Amino acid sequence: MNEPQTRKGLLITLLVVAVALLGPWLAPHGPTDMVGPVYGAPTGAAWLGYDFLGHDVLSRLLSGGVSVLWMSVAAASLALAVGTTLGLLAGLSRRRLDQWITWSADVSLAFPDLILVLLIVSMLGRAPWLIVLTVSIAFIPGVIRLARASAVAVAGQEFVEAAQMMGYSRRRILFKEILPNILTPLLVHFGNLLTWGVGMLSGLSFLGYGVAPPTADWGLMINENQAGLLVQPWAVLAPAVLIGVFAYGTNILAEGIGRSSAGTGAKQP
Amino acid sequence: MNAMTEIDSAVLQVRDLRVELPGEVDVVSGISFSLQAGEILGLVGESGSGKTTLATALLAHARRGAQIVGGQVNVGGQALLSLDGETLRRARGSLIGYVAQDPATALNPALRIGHLMRETLAVHPLGLDREAQQVRIRETLQDVGLPDEPEFLRRFPHQLSGGQQQRVMLALAFVLRPCLIVLDEPTTALDVTTQAHILDTLRRLCKRQGVAAVYVSHDLAVIKDLVDRVMVMYAGRIVETATREALFSRPSHPYTRGLLAAIPDVAGRRELQAIAGHAPAPGQRPTGCSFGPRCERFTDACSRVEPTLPVDVAHAVACWVPHEQPLQAVALTPIASVAAHTQAPLLTVSALNVAYDRQVLFDINVQVQPGECLALVGESGSGKTSLARAIAGLGENATGALSYAGQPLPLQARRREAGQRHPIQYIFQNPYRALNPRQTVYQTLSAPLEHFFAVKGAAARQRVEAVLMRVSLPASVADLYPGSLSGGERQRVAIARALLCEPRLLICDEITSALDVSVQASILDLLRQLQREGLTLLFVTHDLGVVRAIADRVLVLKAGRVVEQGAVDEVLDRPQAAYTRTLLAHSPSLG
Repeated sequence: MNEPQTRKGLLITLLVVAVALLGPWLAPHGPTDMVGPVYGAPTGAAWLGYDFLGHDVLSRLLSGGVSVLWMSVAAASLALAVGTTLGLLAGLSRRRLDQWITWSADVSLAFPDLILVLLIVSMLGRAPWLIVLTVSIAFIPGVIRLARASAVAVAGQEFVEAAQMMGYSRRRILFKEILPNILTPLLVHFGNLLTWGVGMLSGLSFLGYGVAPPTADWGLMINENQAGLLVQPWAVLAPAVLIGVFAYGTNILAEGIGRSSAGTGAKQP
Repeated sequence: MNAMTEIDSAVLQVRDLRVELPGEVDVVSGISFSLQAGEILGLVGESGSGKTTLATALLAHARRGAQIVGGQVNVGGQALLSLDGETLRRARGSLIGYVAQDPATALNPALRIGHLMRETLAVHPLGLDREAQQVRIRETLQDVGLPDEPEFLRRFPHQLSGGQQQRVMLALAFVLRPCLIVLDEPTTALDVTTQAHILDTLRRLCKRQGVAAVYVSHDLAVIKDLVDRVMVMYAGRIVETATREALFSRPSHPYTRGLLAAIPDVAGRRELQAIAGHAPAPGQRPTGCSFGPRCERFTDACSRVEPTLPVDVAHAVACWVPHEQPLQAVALTPIASVAAHTQAPLLTVSALNVAYDRQVLFDINVQVQPGECLALVGESGSGKTSLARAIAGLGENATGALSYAGQPLPLQARRREAGQRHPIQYIFQNPYRALNPRQTVYQTLSAPLEHFFAVKGAAARQRVEAVLMRVSLPASVADLYPGSLSGGERQRVAIARALLCEPRLLICDEITSALDVSVQASILDLLRQLQREGLTLLFVTHDLGVVRAIADRVLVLKAGRVVEQGAVDEVLDRPQAAYTRTLLAHSPSLG
């Protein structure tokens, strides 16, 4: 927490989260109330103007953050937990299990993320938990690769051999000996995953596969209002800016945490 | 010869050199000395003494953060510290050559040997044409004892052995015919035989070409046959300088004597005396003599005024109460009597074979008696570590049979029962990788207690504090992370972890090779103490001096086969195998 970068990242992230969480109470209108002209310009009563159906853009903006935030955090956390476990297992075993895990990760990496998610969502539906699951499935191979590479470097060190010789359980070696030593790159990657998750979820909404209208959602808002971009740019820009700021905040927060936790480690002579 | 002409003929002249860290903290200061053409100077000190800082300052270089703030360095009549940019770059290389510690990382792995040599010649304007360059390269390669045929020049560094790589480094330094060469522990990574050959080559070249050399080392025994003069450094200052004969026969500074008393000697078993305490870090030096707090002859005068090094004296000592007598070695008796072979062996290794992509151990049969210290000796690639790892259950691809206390012992640690695991403990070579950097010492030490004996909480705390005391560490170490411990302290923690498992057999894999000599002496002393308490030791090492100091029996390995085994004094004084004789002949000795 001492690094200015960490504090800045934390501040930005908390601001966007606060907007998303408290927004529904602060919104002057309901998210689905039609209160003004279609693509109406900003006025004193509606600071950000009106959208393609005459909703108040500010109200929809304040109400539409929760879904994209919780889904991206859930997808990134799930991907991190599953990917790290598999990557650690592969990195420590270095045998047939390693080959199998690495091979599967490589094959699924070859498949474009968004196409994979689109395929699953279009086949199985668009329930929020299903979208979270599919997005995290798209992220897992990358986490496996990272966790395995970091674990291999640590698993060759003597303190891991000492633990093996003592006969500690494999779970203990994985999570107590190796995991704390590879946490730094994983945390930084978690920040990236959040960013990518927000991007992918908004992209899904934009393509019409995410949250169903008429619910307010930042990604969906960009999609709905694209036709009026020239007439009423705020309806597209405002959600886009919030998504970008959230991504930026989480990214530098994760990087700051990574940097300061790397400092507590040992210095090799 | 009067003083003027002596200064004129000096190849290297250093006056009042001072290197600082930010905040006016001096790393080295008050360094003055000079070197004649063809003279070899040994610069000796432990880690943190500032010897590498001084060596690089001779090339007008300071590591990141440090700065050369005062003094003069004159090489061949040029004031080096006043040069900068292109002129400084020209002077490095053509006036001064530098040979780094690890040739494997100092040579660019993407360039062929011939390319490296030609490039070195090309960047310095010597005015040689192509033909003359070829001749110069061929001569230099012959000088350093490398083949000069074109096939060799087409090789990459990774295709050479460690010794050949270091010879290439020597060739790169000598090819420009500099007047001074600075060598920073160039042989630490090499086997004793290779080391002896390299030192021999270096001495011959310096004498023949009249090149002055500064040889940095932490081990006085290594440089004994190489250098003409020795300069001992402590806490950034020169504490003693003398000719080789004077220094080894009558060491005067208490620190020099401490260093000499800490070096195990292959020639005879004697008590190793560690120097108590730590060297002060830059900025934390006491007033008065820096060595004062660790010195036996400490007086009030020492704490008031810092002793200075007299100038223009052949044997100069920076000490108020220097010793005047020669150093007396204290003889030592072995702990376990070798004759007691009537007991059943603790560990038996029979017909052990280990093969990775090639076979590294062939049909090894070893017996370890309870209470003895058996040393496994050999050069790199002899298979000594593979044998130790196989016994510990860490070996892969091993076949053969082990038996411990009469019971068969599986080759894989994973297949052993808990009751078979805790009596055999292994201590690793590199103390910097043997402890988990993200766990406190207490976490590291309490884990085996809970695992093997289900001891937790206050009882575990008590046992951890007891074992820390046993390895001479304060109990406060328990709450520290390994990052804040020195190499010797980490190795003690690793030993403590092994001791908590209540072992009967302790396997030590070169556990002192990464440590300073005085720290090594204290660790060896600790191991002897443990052996006296009934522990059996299997000590893997390449250093015959250490073998003489600690072992009762020795087993010499060469290329995966046992070439000789027997009682230590028997093997070291009357070696039977030719290989043992070669090893002995090339082992550095103080005698």
